[in-house]
Amino acid sequence: MRTMRRSLLLVAVLVVGVAAWAAVQQMSVQVRAGQLRATPSYLGKVAASVAYGDRLTVVQKQGAWYSVKDARGRSGWIHESALTTKRVVLKSGSTDVAAGAGGDEIALAGKGFNEQVEGEYKAQNADADYAWVDRMEAMVVAPEQAVAFLAAGEVVAKGGAQ
Amino acid sequence: MKQRTMTLPAALLLLAALIAGCASVTKLGTQLGQGSGAITEEQATSINRSAEALEKTFADITPEQEYYIGRAVAATILQTYPAADEPAANAYLNELGQSLAMASDRPQTFGGYHFLLLDSDEVNAFAAPGGLVLVTRGLVRCCESEDALAAVLAHEIGHVQAKHGLRAIKKSRLTSALAILTVEAARNLGDEDLKQLTADFEGSIMDVTQTLVNNGYARGLEKEADEASLAILGRVGYDPRALVVMLVKMGERVKSGGPGFGKTHPSPGDRIGALDPSLANKPVMADPAARRARFTRAVGDV
Repeated sequence: MRTMRRSLLLVAVLVVGVAAWAAVQQMSVQVRAGQLRATPSYLGKVAASVAYGDRLTVVQKQGAWYSVKDARGRSGWIHESALTTKRVVLKSGSTDVAAGAGGDEIALAGKGFNEQVEGEYKAQNADADYAWVDRMEAMVVAPEQAVAFLAAGEVVAKGGAQ
Repeated sequence: MKQRTMTLPAALLLLAALIAGCASVTKLGTQLGQGSGAITEEQATSINRSAEALEKTFADITPEQEYYIGRAVAATILQTYPAADEPAANAYLNELGQSLAMASDRPQTFGGYHFLLLDSDEVNAFAAPGGLVLVTRGLVRCCESEDALAAVLAHEIGHVQAKHGLRAIKKSRLTSALAILTVEAARNLGDEDLKQLTADFEGSIMDVTQTLVNNGYARGLEKEADEASLAILGRVGYDPRALVVMLVKMGERVKSGGPGFGKTHPSPGDRIGALDPSLANKPVMADPAARRARFTRAVGDV
């Protein structure tokens, strides 16, 4: 009886373990432009860019960084803040959504608070200054530009960049 | 013996279902717990219910939705606090801000981090959800070095990374908006649904803006943002003590209960008191000439 209990427990642990493993093997990009870097660091060179909704296969994890491979075979390190375990569905009414039952495993792209809702909000709040918000968003500093900025100001990370 | 023959195939079945990806991990875990007698049915129901309830909080807002909330919050604040159209100062704020954001715990948001100078003498700053950070002239004037300005921006990045703005949204609005989202999963929205969703959106923008402009965050959240600031400064290589220097300067300029930070933030003295005391023993770091020169050039006379 004792060995039986033990073997049952083993199966339970195994199943839960597999559950966790299965859940993180594939992840989706949850930001507009995800950066794949050569090394697991914010100072790592950006090797490629991945788009919202892209499915990535996780190879390994180190701190807050995932080593991943995309559908085109490109690989690199990406920060966990760019990823979700949910499947990002780009269209409503697709079979993925029907199978998702309740939306725990899926995230709907372009749904909910979206461009259409923003349009309604703008119409009702004519004084809201979206022109400056757009100008602000156009102020983009590339990662390599930021690295150069720190170097020019002699700002040196101690203890290594994570 | 009977227990074994019943449970093993059941567990394997669950395993198969899981690999096929058609059951939630929480529910599976609780079913297994029940099957092996580790937890009762009542406990399992409770665990599943609380897991579902938790999913309807600010944490369930996707980065994409957060992006639209942030845009609207920034656009609304800019009505009262106009932007300063100063390309050199804004370019510098963005270079510095991006250098800090990429070393934060949340370097990637849906639309990225962007920084803007506000044409106001009030000592104030606002971090709209998703990374739109607005800083007044008055607050930049409290900074005597790039390191001090870095401390200010890193504090705002701290609010963004911990999603403090989203926490201000009333739960009822989130529940309503997320219910519509479930409808939207199956079909496109009708007029009524869109109207409700827009109302939830407007309400959410009001909740966040009210908190940023009038009510302020709870002390604990400000402490969290100050701690995030220290962590980011340390990682990047700026002087964490610059936060204290800046707060002292701010203390000279801000009246408690006055406009801006005087109304929405704990007093600078209280904020210094809440910081790690060992900070005082750390050596002051150098401020290289190149860094000082570019700081003065960009924001020396804002």
